Amino acid sequence: MKGKVVGSIREAVALAGLKDGMTVSFHHHLRNGDYVLNLVMEAVAQLGIRDLTVNASSLFDIHLPLLDHIQNHVVTGIQTDYMSAALGREISRGILERPVEFRTHGGRPSDIAQGRTPIDVAFIAAPAADPMGNCSGKYGKSACGSLGYAYPDAMYAKKVVVITDNLVDYPLLDWSIPESYVDYVVCVEEIGNPKGIVSGTTQITRDPVGLVMAQHAAKVIEYSGLLKEGFSFQTGAGGASLAAAKFLKDIMLREQIQGSFGLGGITGYMVDMLQAGCFRSLLDVQCFDLKAVESIRTDPRHQEISAMHYASPSHRSAVVDSLDVVILGATEIDTDFNVNVHTDSGGCIMGGSGGHSDTAAGAKLSMIIAPMFRARLPIVTDHVTCVSTPGKDIDVLVTQGGIAVNEKNRELKERLTAAGLPVLDIHALKEKAERITGKPRQMPHGDRVVANVISREGALQDVIYSVPDEE
Amino acid sequence: MAEIVQRACAGTMESSDVYVEIEPGREGIQLHLESVVRQQFGEAIRETVRAVLAELGVENANVSVRDRGALDCVIRARVETAVRRGRGNN
Amino acid sequence: MRRSLLFLPGNTPNMLINGSCLGADAVIFDLEDAVSPAEKDAARILVRNTMTYMDFRGCERVVRINGIDTPYWKEDLDEVLPCRPDLILLPKTSSAADIQEADTYITETEKRLGLAAGAVGLVALIETALGVENAFAIASASPRVAALFLGAEDLTADLRCKRTKEGREIEYARTRLVTAARAAGVDVYDTPFTDVNDDEGIETDAALAKALGFTGKASISPRHVETINRVFSPSQAEIDYAYEVMETIRLAKEQGKGAVALRGKMIDAPIVERARQTIAMAQEMGLGREDA
Repeated sequence: MKGKVVGSIREAVALAGLKDGMTVSFHHHLRNGDYVLNLVMEAVAQLGIRDLTVNASSLFDIHLPLLDHIQNHVVTGIQTDYMSAALGREISRGILERPVEFRTHGGRPSDIAQGRTPIDVAFIAAPAADPMGNCSGKYGKSACGSLGYAYPDAMYAKKVVVITDNLVDYPLLDWSIPESYVDYVVCVEEIGNPKGIVSGTTQITRDPVGLVMAQHAAKVIEYSGLLKEGFSFQTGAGGASLAAAKFLKDIMLREQIQGSFGLGGITGYMVDMLQAGCFRSLLDVQCFDLKAVESIRTDPRHQEISAMHYASPSHRSAVVDSLDVVILGATEIDTDFNVNVHTDSGGCIMGGSGGHSDTAAGAKLSMIIAPMFRARLPIVTDHVTCVSTPGKDIDVLVTQGGIAVNEKNRELKERLTAAGLPVLDIHALKEKAERITGKPRQMPHGDRVVANVISREGALQDVIYSVPDEE
Repeated sequence: MAEIVQRACAGTMESSDVYVEIEPGREGIQLHLESVVRQQFGEAIRETVRAVLAELGVENANVSVRDRGALDCVIRARVETAVRRGRGNN
Repeated sequence: MRRSLLFLPGNTPNMLINGSCLGADAVIFDLEDAVSPAEKDAARILVRNTMTYMDFRGCERVVRINGIDTPYWKEDLDEVLPCRPDLILLPKTSSAADIQEADTYITETEKRLGLAAGAVGLVALIETALGVENAFAIASASPRVAALFLGAEDLTADLRCKRTKEGREIEYARTRLVTAARAAGVDVYDTPFTDVNDDEGIETDAALAKALGFTGKASISPRHVETINRVFSPSQAEIDYAYEVMETIRLAKEQGKGAVALRGKMIDAPIVERARQTIAMAQEMGLGREDA
């Protein structure tokens, strides 16, 4: 059966009618092991197409060849939710003609669905696909588990190309994206490097400071009043966040509390919690490790969700709206609890919101977990370099040196104080850290806007300036 | 005996530490600094290094400081250790 | 209150600068086993600076110096005593003479540096067979001795037996040290549990130490600190009972009664003493009652 299979990516690009000035899109489930974005952009460049906008749910260091395409004017615009440090450094130098548009994992599908960021051709990396385009992330040598972020691209792009390295007989039964959305299928040798796609195992931190923060974090949840039957929870894949999940698991098992769902990017640790009976289900927009991939493939309690279902603010509802507690990170947080996850303290792009703002807006308790200082740079500042998530959506900051509660959540402050946790004012926490580190010199920024940070509702929330060349 | 008579080093390149090398010099203090927080703390680190050298009575030395985000008290300790070792009386 | 004592490697800035945040009642800056001979000078300067510049409020500072059979220990003391550590931990203490030698030098140094005489306490780290047998003599060798401290790793090497998680091989040393320390009226701390990843093991081991009468327990991993603190803290029920005991004897005194009973049990002097200790600890942990 030939179905929709075409001979090469180049052929698919031509058939899809891609022209100068159009927008192409990619999802990031293959993370730092993704070959597809580079393969497609190389084919596009060879065809002489220029002035494209790349809309990718996230960009990683493996995508550094984009820099050449930017230099050659093949790519003149980038829309993304996250950008890793090596790419970010170059973008911060101002190499791109138009500012990058940063969105959130919920804002991206929302804006795609509403036609604010139309996609001409979506390229969907698929670890398994059949000749008609039914595809899944759960099977094959490049298995990545959930394909959650690819759904809006598949549903709303004008043309959809599925790229796989594992073409199976029709019909692929356990599909994520059905053939009804797909125009062309291309089979290539490899869509990615399995080592970069998912980690083998995610380890909880051995860093003593991380462990102390995690213990504080688990206690904040324990005494928040939210930890009861039906509790729901999301945490990141960072060492301290995972350790917090471990301590939370101990508490839930001890108190015999079963939660309703664990959400998010799912790690093996969340799978352990599911299997131990801490949750009734996992709702998974992205898998971080092999254990999560195995679980989503075999355990019916572990369900894939789309980016819209996860976090879109403009759909009828999203899971984040039902979330009790989320644990999030920060490179900086200011005394108004605004959080920066886009740049480092020097103003250089090294991340992005991802689902940060979405979960913070939705969750009843949004917790930032961060050390008082990293490499002598204090985390709490007067004003963050970039507002990634507004302070109104953040409830509490947990550091090794104390816990600061946002004044808007007085009840939480009272509960934590009564529980004997080391609660202190965020200004006091800032001073405490600066007494240890000294006060850093304010960093001047360049005069060029290199990125616009767009809130999940679609408004301009902040801008990121270029970083001046080193003196 | 205040002056540096031999090349010496102290500290490590681990996070939150600083690696200090000191050599005999003739033209005052020649200070070379690399730091992961140079933009935010470069001047503060230079001041600290010079202050410790002055407290210890070192007037001539070539000093190379490779900082991995060390706190002031760590920088002070490593510079002092390097000086003591550089005096050869340790 | 020293429930937990956490070892910090003396030449590792990353651990030292965060030492006060790790939840331990006391930190032990280690100049001995954690520091190679070539870095002894660097470590003592780093530890001195850490104590001078960093805020350790709410966390006692102990320094493990090198043993008196090494060329390092006097320099260690010269460097750290001006920072007024709470305690000096003396490794390989095997006899009262060891204590007296260290005590003499500390007393001289205090005089030379103009420090208050006798301000710093000595903790004897007992980690030889001879040290165990001399435990009472060591504990009563000087008023400066504040505690005995069991070091099971070196001790088992000296005993020529294998160190196990269950700790049968150190049963005698544990009970001997507790008895000697209590007889001399000083505190006694248990050896660290060395498997960092065994959460159940540390709980069992700490509970055993508490049951045997140890004041607290050392740790080589921040991960064990919380468990140790919990095991060595009085429970709410114990605190409530202690207050009940004190209230009962107060009433008995008011009414001029001699012997009184609570919950069908005679309250004698040891029960009152234990209740006093429990309440003192509860108050230090912020769990005390204002009216008491």
